[in-house]
Amino acid sequence: MSFVPGQPVTAVVERVEIQKLRQGENLILGFSIGGGIDQDPGQNPFSEDKSDKGIYVTRISPKGPADLAGLKIGDKIMQVNGWDMTMVTHDQARKKLTKKREDVVRLLVTRKSLEEAVKQSKGCYHKP
Amino acid sequence: EALYDMIYNFFVFRDRRDRHRSKSRDSSSRGDKSVTIQTPGEPLLDAESTRGDDRDDNWGETTTVVTGTSEHSISNEDLTRVTKDLEESTPLECKRFVGPALGGCLSFFALVTPLAFLILPQVLWRDALEPCGTPCEGLYVSLAFKLLVLLISSWALFLRPPRATLPRFFVFRCLLMVLVFLFVASYWLFYGVRVLEPRERDYRGIVEYAASLVDALLFIQYLALVLLEVRHLQPAFCLKVVRSTDGASKFYNVGHLSIQRAAVWVLDRYYSDFPVYNPALLNLPKSILSKKMTGFKVYSLDENTTNNSTGQSRAMIAAAARRRDNSHNEYYYEEAEMDRRIRKRKARLVVAVEEAFTHIKRLQEEEAASSPKHPREVMDPREAAQAIFAPMARAMQKYLRTTRQQAFHSMESILTHLQFCITHNMTPKAFLERYLTAGPTMQYQQQNGRGRQWTLVSEEPVTSALRQGLVFSLRRLDFSLVVTVTPLPFLRLGEEFIDPKSHKFVMRLQSETSV
Repeated sequence: MSFVPGQPVTAVVERVEIQKLRQGENLILGFSIGGGIDQDPGQNPFSEDKSDKGIYVTRISPKGPADLAGLKIGDKIMQVNGWDMTMVTHDQARKKLTKKREDVVRLLVTRKSLEEAVKQSKGCYHKP
Repeated sequence: EALYDMIYNFFVFRDRRDRHRSKSRDSSSRGDKSVTIQTPGEPLLDAESTRGDDRDDNWGETTTVVTGTSEHSISNEDLTRVTKDLEESTPLECKRFVGPALGGCLSFFALVTPLAFLILPQVLWRDALEPCGTPCEGLYVSLAFKLLVLLISSWALFLRPPRATLPRFFVFRCLLMVLVFLFVASYWLFYGVRVLEPRERDYRGIVEYAASLVDALLFIQYLALVLLEVRHLQPAFCLKVVRSTDGASKFYNVGHLSIQRAAVWVLDRYYSDFPVYNPALLNLPKSILSKKMTGFKVYSLDENTTNNSTGQSRAMIAAAARRRDNSHNEYYYEEAEMDRRIRKRKARLVVAVEEAFTHIKRLQEEEAASSPKHPREVMDPREAAQAIFAPMARAMQKYLRTTRQQAFHSMESILTHLQFCITHNMTPKAFLERYLTAGPTMQYQQQNGRGRQWTLVSEEPVTSALRQGLVFSLRRLDFSLVVTVTPLPFLRLGEEFIDPKSHKFVMRLQSETSV
């Protein structure tokens, strides 16, 4: 999940579709994000590479829409509804997630365990 | 063979003694090569050793050093002491004062010349001279003042007692003296031809002639000032000075100097910067090193042993290195033990001195007058020092012995120092400063006018200027200072302007937004 500026990023991602929940006036998703290119990447407890300025899931409200959809804490969000999340400011990410006209957000998230699962399955496949 | 030995030793010893006396003359006559001073006891391998193939390398130990004509035998220590005494008590060399005396004569001659130019026509053909009025008087006054300035500045610049005798001529100074001499001589020549012979009547011309000489002398003095005093002020080279026996080193920045002048400069700094040379502190204790000596011996059974020696020694060294030895361990523990011992003795010394200092106090004037009913014994500093020396003497002696400084401080010197400290109201810590750290060599010098003998050893002629990569060394009897010259780097200084309004800061963010 480390990136080199200028090089394409390769990652194993999981597609998570979250239905927004209406709570009064607002549509909420039930998780919190941290990170962004205008933030300090060294403070991110979830990233492996401490210079990674991507958007990470920092908290999931239990039984909220995100929890039900399978989002895990510490996931890095790569795309939201087709919009890239690897090179955005914190505020831009928030805006993309909280558009009032959309009630569903389709996220592409990546986490370490996905990579390992793929490797393991590849390895199992190769054993004769 | 024995007779040859005896005669050879006789010559060698006498030559060695002569060599000590005429060290400085030797180096100047020997050209650019180094002059070596042999300490007694080392085998001599110089041009006189014509032994050739049957040279026995141990002959220095098996042959007596004293000549065959004397019946006494003296140990190596005595000999070292004798040579040291010999060196310290060399008679005051007249050579030291030849240079300044010559310079003094020349400058006197140069200063008197304009006056002579003026006076001689007056004395010899006074009546035939044309009178000259106001311009001459103006010239007289300016001449007088210029001579006064010349006199004062010569006194200030050049009439200083020289601090060192150099092995070779000081090039700039000689150049200037020759210049002055030629100059004044040519003026006299012209004077003799143009004024004295035809009995020149134009007195004003003569006065102007004298004034021009004085002007030119002032300019030569300016040249002398620049060459001798100013040129070497701007630093251009960095000298690294390392003492050969214990590695004490310092870096100095000097300007453009010749090697001999740089040597004098370094020695000036040596006496006040370097800690004093202590021969007792040099060697690792034998107990640690001796283990290394018990290696295995290599015996060669061949007929020809000449060409195999390097191979053998290399094999021995390699085998010794491979063998596991723990001498570094012992060295480490020995060092730690020594440190502990020194610290313990130092603590005892400090406590003893502090206590001793509490026994006396300075008598105030009013006290003496106002308390006649408590007559205390009033002492002068010497007696006070002696009174409080006794309780601290033992601790002091033990401490000095542990730090191997006992050779530098006699009881008398300690008492004198104690007296000095008491007189100046110093605290015990100030008194001990002299003993707790090894001071510079100046602290231990006795003042005598004989001077210290150093030998400058260099591969280049000593009047050549310093340049990069030059190495020369200054040798004394038992140690030497090796000096390496590197030029100071050329600095390219750039400029960057920072607008004071450009200093702005933001907080580092790590916000968390819930969506």
